[in-house]
Amino acid sequence: MQFSWWKERERSLRTSIRSFLTAAWLGWQIESNWTDPFLFAVYSIIKPVAGAAILVVMYGIITQGAFDSPLFAYIYLGNAFYIYVGSVMTGVSWAVIDDREHYKTLKYIYVAPIHAPSYMVGRGVARFLTGTIAVLVTITAGVLFLNLQLDLAAVNWPMFLTALALGVVMLANLGLLLAGVTLMIAHHVWFIGDAVAGALYLFSGAIFPLEVLPNWLRPIGFAMPLTYWLELLRRSMVGHVAASFPTLSKVTDGQLFAILIGLTIIFGLMAILVFRWGEHQARERGLLDMVTNY
Amino acid sequence: MERATSIAKPYSTRLFFQTVIARAYPRVIGAQREKSWMFFDIFLPLLAVSAYVFVYRAIGAPETYVGFVVMGGAMTAFWMNILWSMSSQLFWEKEQGNLALYIIAPNSMMAILLGMALGGMLATTLRAFVIVIIGGMLFGVQFSVSSFSALFGTFILTMVALYGMGMMFSSLFLLLNREAWHLASLAQEPIYLLSGFYFPLKSLGFWVAAGASIIPLAIGMDAMRQLVFPSGPSLGFLSVPIELVILVILSVVFLVGARYLLAYMERLAIREGRLTDSRR
Repeated sequence: MQFSWWKERERSLRTSIRSFLTAAWLGWQIESNWTDPFLFAVYSIIKPVAGAAILVVMYGIITQGAFDSPLFAYIYLGNAFYIYVGSVMTGVSWAVIDDREHYKTLKYIYVAPIHAPSYMVGRGVARFLTGTIAVLVTITAGVLFLNLQLDLAAVNWPMFLTALALGVVMLANLGLLLAGVTLMIAHHVWFIGDAVAGALYLFSGAIFPLEVLPNWLRPIGFAMPLTYWLELLRRSMVGHVAASFPTLSKVTDGQLFAILIGLTIIFGLMAILVFRWGEHQARERGLLDMVTNY
Repeated sequence: MERATSIAKPYSTRLFFQTVIARAYPRVIGAQREKSWMFFDIFLPLLAVSAYVFVYRAIGAPETYVGFVVMGGAMTAFWMNILWSMSSQLFWEKEQGNLALYIIAPNSMMAILLGMALGGMLATTLRAFVIVIIGGMLFGVQFSVSSFSALFGTFILTMVALYGMGMMFSSLFLLLNREAWHLASLAQEPIYLLSGFYFPLKSLGFWVAAGASIIPLAIGMDAMRQLVFPSGPSLGFLSVPIELVILVILSVVFLVGARYLLAYMERLAIREGRLTDSRR
């Protein structure tokens, strides 16, 4: 009996991995093969760099170009890594609308022997890769042209890579949660992930310390895993900058990791529940092949 | 072959307006049937705009800049409407199989685009209105309108030039496939940057600001900020009368250009068989 349970688990895991890898390959093809590699690279870079440039101009005109201030490094790095939030959340959630209304294949996905949540997360891999390029370009531009105080030799690489990997898992969970919601709603907003990421910008302490928020809004920021993820990334890259802001100064690195892992697990469970519930609702209400092109 | 692609359509004013209403109708009704768009299209952008306000607060900017962000955040709704609900909508219609029906029907593509724009105005205007009103109240923005008629006229002129530009873009999208989608996505942040959505246009320097003035929202928003905020004139790029003249010129150029480009691209798309082409 126990042997058969293990075999079932193993088969389920294999299906999940196969679904994830196939979806990742499919997502990459969809994202990248519409043009030649050069134009694709330009496209992947211009958009996020322009987003960072908006903040740079805002900061520059008010502070008369004080780019060596810790606040600038705080804003710039937070914004650079926040690119991942929009990329991964959009990549995962947009797959629902893309497959349902553009390619009209969502119903076939659901009759195929695949693991749907793994498939959705796999579709976000392409956006994660293009997001990585954008993050690298944005940070490099900051170091080269804006005097961003970043010393690669002083970076705590193990801490950085661990935090980054945890963050990607956490963002995939958020994307899956959003995909579950998207299964139940019409195609109103083109990039629903971007819209949600834009809203979470406010609470995550990405571009300003949470102390700037009114007291009654701060608890939302402290309940968000993004807040701790960005703090860990800043501490690993520019520890002195992170120490200049009191938001989480009393929390140790280990505590930050523990909070991030805990919130990632909580959001992971929520994502599975919401996605399954969304799936159920979509099946019940006949929404899996809904087309809302108006 | 050439004769076959230049079929004259029996345009009339009545048919034009009937087409506008017919295309606007599903958008208005669709928005009524499922109201989840209000959360994603109005509430979430309000939060995103708030984030930029708090950046200014964090760096100790004068309160006028907060007003600039609120107004810029509201105007993003119109640019998004142009990009996604007009320009790339034609790509989406092609993928759905509707574009060929639009072309073979005896109506004007300008009317269809105008219908799309007006139909989407419900969400667009509501989003802009909510951001201005709620954003203004939340952040204590001090509006000081020197002339409501001048402000209204500037807004209308900006919209005419902007939607003329949108119609012109739409003609280009008739020829595009999947790249349409990506190009529309690409035209968000760079345009927010060049148009000064979150800061005064003149901060970009004279020549960059002058180049950006080809975007109606850039010059229109600069004029409106001068008319709405007490210290607006000191942060303006050019004087309001000059900006109004530029907007009039842009309106004429874009509307006439849209009329000719749409007709040309439609013929070209028919000749090259791209209207039903779907490269997925």
